[in-house]
Parts: sequence; structure tokens; C-alpha cells
Amino acid sequence: MVKAEQVHKWFGRDEVLKGIDLEVGRREVMCIVGPSGSGKSTFLRCVNHLEKFDSGRLSVDGELVGYRQRGDKLYEMRESEVARQRRDIGMVFQRFNLFPHKTALENVMEAPLQVKRQPKAEVRERAQALLDRVGLGGRGDAYPTQLSGGQQQRVAIARALCMEPKLMLFDEPTSALDPELVGEVLDVMRRLAESGMTMIVVTHEMGFAREVGDSLVFIDEGVVVEAGPPREVLANPQHKRTQAFLSKVL
Amino acid sequence: MNATVAPPGSTQRPEQIKAIPVRHPGRWVAIFVIFVVLAMFAHSVFTNENWQWQFQWQNAFQPPVLHGVWTTLWLTVVSMVIGVLLGVVLAIMRLSPNPVLSSSAWVYIWIFRGTPVLVQLVIWANLGSLYRQISLGVPFGPEWFTFDTRNLVPNVVAALLGLGLNEAAYMSEIIRAGILSVDEGQGEAAAALGLSRMQTMRRIVLPQAMRVVVPPTGNETISMLKTTSLVSAVPYSELFFQTESIGNRTFQVFPMLITASLWYLAMTSVLMVCQYYIERYYARGSVRTLPPTPIQRLRMRLTRADLR
Repeated sequence: MVKAEQVHKWFGRDEVLKGIDLEVGRREVMCIVGPSGSGKSTFLRCVNHLEKFDSGRLSVDGELVGYRQRGDKLYEMRESEVARQRRDIGMVFQRFNLFPHKTALENVMEAPLQVKRQPKAEVRERAQALLDRVGLGGRGDAYPTQLSGGQQQRVAIARALCMEPKLMLFDEPTSALDPELVGEVLDVMRRLAESGMTMIVVTHEMGFAREVGDSLVFIDEGVVVEAGPPREVLANPQHKRTQAFLSKVL
Repeated sequence: MNATVAPPGSTQRPEQIKAIPVRHPGRWVAIFVIFVVLAMFAHSVFTNENWQWQFQWQNAFQPPVLHGVWTTLWLTVVSMVIGVLLGVVLAIMRLSPNPVLSSSAWVYIWIFRGTPVLVQLVIWANLGSLYRQISLGVPFGPEWFTFDTRNLVPNVVAALLGLGLNEAAYMSEIIRAGILSVDEGQGEAAAALGLSRMQTMRRIVLPQAMRVVVPPTGNETISMLKTTSLVSAVPYSELFFQTESIGNRTFQVFPMLITASLWYLAMTSVLMVCQYYIERYYARGSVRTLPPTPIQRLRMRLTRADLR
């Protein structure tokens, strides 16, 4: 589903991604861990072209992200084409980024109405069902400021799902939450994984990675240091840097 | 360290602290002094003949003056509408990744902010003396349609163009500030959902920018009320022109200036109340619960007084 080959990214003179190679299969849940500044969030944002990568190849479902290949040459994609690609990729942010001037239900309904131009009644029904699915069926009329952090993040997940994406990206979804609210969000994510969604999750929640993840990737200083099934990597880290990181986190 | 666990089932309400509140003697002295000064000022104003209150009262509600008030009001409204609409377009152009759009907007803002409103009004009003004719055709080549400029721009249009286009330049900066104040994450979330730049701007960013845009816009509107007095250069008649001509005719220039000022003050007060309610509308969603309005607070005080 997602294939990254030697992806490099510079921010000015700083090389943040120094050649990321990884592959995510359909229905796979990949958990990316690593110290802050390692480039894991940057890489995630490259997948839906929120960041432009500078070298290498990145493709989602066989289609190159952000660029069109014709023969030998690469053409930059227009904004409208990038927007089209993003329709099939959902993203959940660390700070939720819900639209504060809209109710929870309106937040969830916004994209299918505006982008896919689907009829309002149908979207409303789907949105309500999604809010039910994340456990917030009765709070559709609440504004984001009236909801707790965990509730806001669950609305954000419902909002991303309403576009019926084939891939979901999670950028440290529970890092900004109070500890007792983390569980309810991880629950929703676990059920999403069990339903067969392809997910890439940047997280510090090792328990989630071990129980729900199909693969664990450790990224440090812009490169993939170690990758493998979560239980193996967590129990038996091969590289020194992985061992050092895990000893601090676990 | 010592901490006592509360006994279970303790429902008795603890005794309320009865302390003497902090005294503010300075405040009472200040209130007294202010009151005395205001009384003295009011007395002097009402007994001093130079203010000519009788004369003002006679003239403040004459038909030409009332017509002037009405003209001032609709000039303000229409030029602000032009200013805000064009200002939004200019602000979005300024923030566009397209360098042609952002530079054009910059040049517009530079020229219209950099020259006096009065001069802009005079130019629009006297377009005929600058350019006898305006024609459509090939640039530097043959002309197909020709317009005589003397009849093209009637005075009212010149007034609205001068005020509106100038205001647009100032409004665009206010709106640009509002757009910049919206959290970057909002745009990212909208983009991640697949919304286009225009959709993001129209539905997500601009509505949130309004909260920051409304107070300075209220300021600009109140300022525009008085700027309309400049259209007498076109010439176009409004409140200031009317009161000024009565003043010149009757040699009571100062009292008529005060009449005009009181009218402006009355209109400004109404606008301030409107602004308060508009700000509340756009604050919805940014705060958990809105604080009570002065009317709501008064009602609460009265009902509490009833209950006692």
C-alpha cells in the first residue's frame, strides 16, 4: 500500500530524512517509534504530501505522491491533484485540529460534503454512525471546546474516517492527552485496526504497538534503524540505538 | 507530613468564613472627585452662552440636517461593504503563492494607503479633467468604443469609489492579520481532508479569522463615519457639509460643529452596540460559555433583588 524508497528531506541545510526505506502492506498496522527530532513525524507528513520530500520515491497504492511520472521525467502535481490524492488518505493530528466554529457532527460532515459533494442526508447518516462507532453518538451537537481531549481526538478520527480513506495516518495521536483519556482513543484505534484498515501510527505507546501493531519501525536520526514484528523488536532489539531508546521508554 | 482523610458521609456544610472585605477608600475619593469635576463641567457647558444650546436644538433636527445624517449613514455602510469585500480579495491575493497576485495586491495597497483620501476623492470626481475620454480597443492601437468621462462618474459614484477603494487597502491588512492569526493546524487538517485552498480559506480559515477581524473593523467603520465628511470635496452633501453651511450662513460656526459632533457621537454609540453583538456571534466556539451581556447581567441583578 505504501512504499518508500530512499526518501530524503532537507529543511534548509538540515537533512531530516536521510534515506527512509520501508513498505506497508494492505491491512497492515505499522507503528513508528523513535526519539523526538528523529524525523518520524516528518516522514508521516510526506506520505500525504503535507511535506514535500526532496529525493527518493514515495507511493501510495501504486501512485507516486505529489509527482506524476511520464517516461523519464517527473512532473510536480497541481494543487487540485494533490487534494485528490489526499481524499483517500486520512490523518489524525497530535493536537486534534478540529474546526472550533463547527459542531462535532459538522466537523465530521464537512469534507464529504465539500470535497466529494455527496448529498447532505446521506453524509449526516454516515457521520452520525461514525460518531456512534467512536462512542460519541450523543455529543454530535457539542462544539470542540465543550469536549474533553479524548473526545476531541475521537471526533477527529471519525472526521478522517468519513472520507472512507484506504489509509489512515496517526501523528502521535495520544501524546497531547491526559493519561486516563489515552485508553479510550487507543480503543478506537484498535477496533479500527481489527476492521482491516491500513494504518501508520507514530506513537510512544509501546503497549499499543505490541498488542495491535503488525510491524514496529524504529527511526533515529532520519534513517530506519530497526524494523520487525513488534514483540520481537521490543523483546530482542538488535541495534544498540534501539536498545538505548527502548531502555528509556519501557 | 500529615493529612487527614475526610470521614465518609460527611454532608454537613462547613461554616462560611465571615471576614471584613478589603476596603478601597481611594476609589470612593476618586469617584467623589470625578463627580464634582463632571458637575462643574456640566454646569459651565450649560450656562455658557457660546455653546448656543437653544440654537443647536432648533437646527439639529431640520430636514437638511436629517437628510445629511441619512447620507452619512448609507455612505458609511456602502463604502465599508466595498472596502471589506475588496479587502478580503486583496488579503487572499497578498497571501497567495502566485507572485503575480501577491505583487499586484501589494502595489494596490501601497498606492491607496500612501495617498491622502481627499486627493483620491478629488481625482475620482475630476476624472474628466485628467482624461477627456476613455476608450476600449487595442493598447497603443485603434480604438473601438469611446466614453466621455465627464458623464461617466457621477458625484455619488466618485464619493463611493474614493472612500471604498481607499478603505479596501486598510481592510486588506486587517483581514490578512486575521488570517495569519488562525492556527496553522487548521489549514493542515483541512488540506489532509482534501479541501482545496479556496474551500479551506472560505469555510475554515476566514470564519475563524473573523474573531480577530471584527474589533478593528468596528474601529474602521466608526472612523469611516467621520471620513465621509471629506466627500464635500467632490462635492457631495452629507451631515458635515449641511451643518457647516448652516453655521456659515448664521455665523454660528462653533455651535453647529458641536451639533455635527453630537450626531456623530450618537451614530458611533449605536455602532458600538452592534459591534458588541457581532463579536459575541463570532466568539461562539472559541470560549466554553459566553459571559453574560450587560442586559443579561442587569436582569440577573434585578431578579436577585426580587428574591431578597
